[in-house]
Amino acid sequence: MTSRIGVVTFPGTLDDSDTARAVRAVGAEPVALWHGDADLHGVAAVILPGGFSYGDYLRAGAIARFAPVMGPVIDAAHQGMPVLGICNGFQVLCEAGLLPGALIRNASLHFVCREEWLRVENTGTAWTNRFDKDAQIVIPVKNMDGCYQAEPGTVAELEGEGRVVFRYLDNPNGSVAGIAGITDARGRVVGLMPHPEHAIDALTGPSDDGLGLFLSALDHLVSA
Amino acid sequence: MSIPTVTADTVEHALSTPDTKQPYAELGLKDDEYQRIRDILGRRPTDAELAMYSVMWSEHCSYKSSKVHLRYFGETTTEEMRAKMLAGIGENAGVIDIGDGWAVTFKAESHNHPSYVEPHQGAATGVGGIVRDILAMGARPLAVQDSIRFGPADADDTKRVLPGVVSGVGGYGNCLGLPNIGGEVVFDRTYAGNPLVNALCVGAMRIEDLHLAHATGVGNKIILFGARTGLDGIGGVSVLASETFSESTGRKKLPSVQVGDPFTEKVLIECCLELFHAGLVVGIQDLGGAGLSCATSELASAGDGGMRIVLDRVPLRAKGMTPAEVLSSESQERMCAVVTPDNVEAFLAVCAKWDVTATEIGEVTDGENLVITWHDETVVDVPPRTVAHDGPVYQRPVRRPSTQDDLVADTSAMLERPAGPAELRETLLHMVSSPNLASRRWVTEQYDRFVRGGTVLAQPADSGMIRIDEETGRGVSVSTDCNSRYVALDPYVGAQLALAEAYRNVVVGGASPLAVTDCLNFGSPEDPGVMWQFREALHGLADGCRELGIPVIGGNVSFYNQTGTTAILPTPLVGVLGVIDDVRRRIPTGFGAELGETLLLLGDTRDEFDGSEWAHVVHGHLGGKPPKVDLARERLLGEILIAGSRDGMLSAAHDLSEGGLAQAVVEAALAGESGCRIVLPEGADPFVWLFSESAGRALVAVPRSEELRFTEMCSARQLPWVRIGVVDKESDAVEIQDVATLGLAELRSAWEGTLPALFD
Repeated sequence: MTSRIGVVTFPGTLDDSDTARAVRAVGAEPVALWHGDADLHGVAAVILPGGFSYGDYLRAGAIARFAPVMGPVIDAAHQGMPVLGICNGFQVLCEAGLLPGALIRNASLHFVCREEWLRVENTGTAWTNRFDKDAQIVIPVKNMDGCYQAEPGTVAELEGEGRVVFRYLDNPNGSVAGIAGITDARGRVVGLMPHPEHAIDALTGPSDDGLGLFLSALDHLVSA
Repeated sequence: MSIPTVTADTVEHALSTPDTKQPYAELGLKDDEYQRIRDILGRRPTDAELAMYSVMWSEHCSYKSSKVHLRYFGETTTEEMRAKMLAGIGENAGVIDIGDGWAVTFKAESHNHPSYVEPHQGAATGVGGIVRDILAMGARPLAVQDSIRFGPADADDTKRVLPGVVSGVGGYGNCLGLPNIGGEVVFDRTYAGNPLVNALCVGAMRIEDLHLAHATGVGNKIILFGARTGLDGIGGVSVLASETFSESTGRKKLPSVQVGDPFTEKVLIECCLELFHAGLVVGIQDLGGAGLSCATSELASAGDGGMRIVLDRVPLRAKGMTPAEVLSSESQERMCAVVTPDNVEAFLAVCAKWDVTATEIGEVTDGENLVITWHDETVVDVPPRTVAHDGPVYQRPVRRPSTQDDLVADTSAMLERPAGPAELRETLLHMVSSPNLASRRWVTEQYDRFVRGGTVLAQPADSGMIRIDEETGRGVSVSTDCNSRYVALDPYVGAQLALAEAYRNVVVGGASPLAVTDCLNFGSPEDPGVMWQFREALHGLADGCRELGIPVIGGNVSFYNQTGTTAILPTPLVGVLGVIDDVRRRIPTGFGAELGETLLLLGDTRDEFDGSEWAHVVHGHLGGKPPKVDLARERLLGEILIAGSRDGMLSAAHDLSEGGLAQAVVEAALAGESGCRIVLPEGADPFVWLFSESAGRALVAVPRSEELRFTEMCSARQLPWVRIGVVDKESDAVEIQDVATLGLAELRSAWEGTLPALFD
């Protein structure tokens, strides 16, 4: 199985080169995907990085969800391809209906950039199999619209099925139940607001805890 | 169906109506300046020409009051200092060779008046403008810093201005994907009606990719690309940036502040970089203050001189705009490029890929004039140099204010000092929680410092440091500083102290200073006392740079920063850029990185409290003489710290500045979440040692194993040092022997509580 991982760039995407660096850091091969691409260039997994796609002037992720490249991404996700959405990518996955719920403005109404402690609650996904259950990791958050919300029934379902993947120890943005990241029912599509690609080296980030997500994906692809 | 066009004042019309009254005074031109324009052209200017001259001859664009003084920078820059300079003052931004084939460019610019009128957009477009300056040099913008100054922290208007400025700086920079790696937040009552927003950007490129703004090559095409041109910011430069606000006259002339669109700018950045890499650009210029007036006249005068522009080809976003308005519009996120005819198609294709609007609006000609037509009629026909470079030059009167002697005589010696441990403890907590010394976290948490993955040091470190080369680890650091209270007491020394502090902030991180940029914010140049402050500060800075051996490679002057007749404290912001060959050897601020660290205080501590934060916070006092400045000592301190970084002898270092040793210890302890025990030297006056602001000092943490080697190096080089304590990783307190023990939690809540309490 190939270890080529696609990294999508929409106009306004900001963390694409950082995400590609993180993919490279674990020995996988990043493949640049452009928002206008009609296919996924044979990649085995896809990451939607952070940023402000198309400026996010309407609603975060609302326009990116309709980008040409999202057609094949959504199809591949339905067929079980591992897809990770980070920050703006998480917002796009919610807008695309691949993950439930929505991200709204932070409770503080400010952009929040902070080094945040998270608990890894689900280690069965394609993106978290390398972590120990309930491991506590430090990953930066940096966003304006990071407050995760969903209907009570949806939250109960996520909790009941163990689909809350990451939870904040000190909720920075008012997310319901301190939810920082979730997965789809199959554990292939994961979205989170914190930025694992900015925690791959203690020189430039608070830790290297973020590597775990990329190593997990690599393991998943190699063993698949 | 035909679209009605605006009837323009053509050159032909101007020739036939020489006696038409023109509103030159309203546009900010003096009688003699208007007459000079008529003399240059041999006729009255058209409306469009008048708009161009008035905006380009404004203080903001022409530097007419500062020009005669700014020459001093050139006169004090030696050949040796020029050795690494690839571009200097006069270009969009200065460029310096940092080694390994890398060129780095950095510059700061003010956006003060717009930020008072509309804090969010004023600050946002300040960031946008400086980023385009960096981009126009051919560099990828890599990081920003912001130095922002406001009235008293608890003033009502500060609650309006500060949150808007912070959200503007953050909103724009975050959306561009540029890490914010530091800056300053300062409060003083003189900034109450005139906040300062100085934004700095750093960019890097391979040396061979350096682009200068030229329009050479007859037949080359002029392409305008980026956002469409609208009615926003018209007259922004000539009115907003050059007129003092006053209740009586200011209001009715206020035009709208430009509105920023960071998404468009982000796309424009990527588009430009792709154009550069494909070799499709002969010359490039950003559109900032004075819009197309500035871009066309500067491009033409930097090239062969002749240029023809078909102004009605400019894509507009408002109806019924006049040629004068199109030329003056300061709509953001626009660039102008010179492209050879055979590359136009490829150029437009790259723009199309990024959905960037691009329009060929003219070409370089073999004539001598900049000729601009509007629906086939000539509305501008001028020698471009007369617009861009031959503006008026003033020899403004310069006079030391009569009040200066009284200010200097009113020293801090009579101020009551804390006596005994209880008062010292109380003073320390009062200082740590005061608005100018309190944690900037409330501000910096609104800025993305991680994006691009190269940030190695950022707030609350002394300098911001980024990695430039991922292979070798080569990087740069930047610090911007100014203690305007010192400058008020002695502008010459005060400017050198600002330089010394920025220099020290760079060296405590382990980088070697290479170049300087400045942003000179002063009151009205029509006040001889302000001009004296300006000249003294400029000379102090230039002489200081010569002594330190680092050139000023760019800068910005902002005058008319005053409310009524009250000027701001003179604020010559100094930015120093340093290089480090491997960012892994940077020195962090926080204690406790290694087990068992000794704390050393480097430099001399004297009884120096005039202009200090203590005098300001506790007594509301400003008077006397600023601390002594010794640039040879600063240089020696720098060499020791850089050697310490290179040889891995230091585990932490922190500059001593406002608030003195006490502030530095508290910040380093909190940054490392590690306690420490401070033992002041025998017989030391604890108040002086804890709070004096003597320059040329740094606090360093040295692993025990390196202590002897490091102190022997200091002694051999004759840098004074004293052992003042130890780090105690197990302790959760800062213990100052015989004075006070302060828990880290208590210190953190005092230090971090202030800004949220004021602005949340």
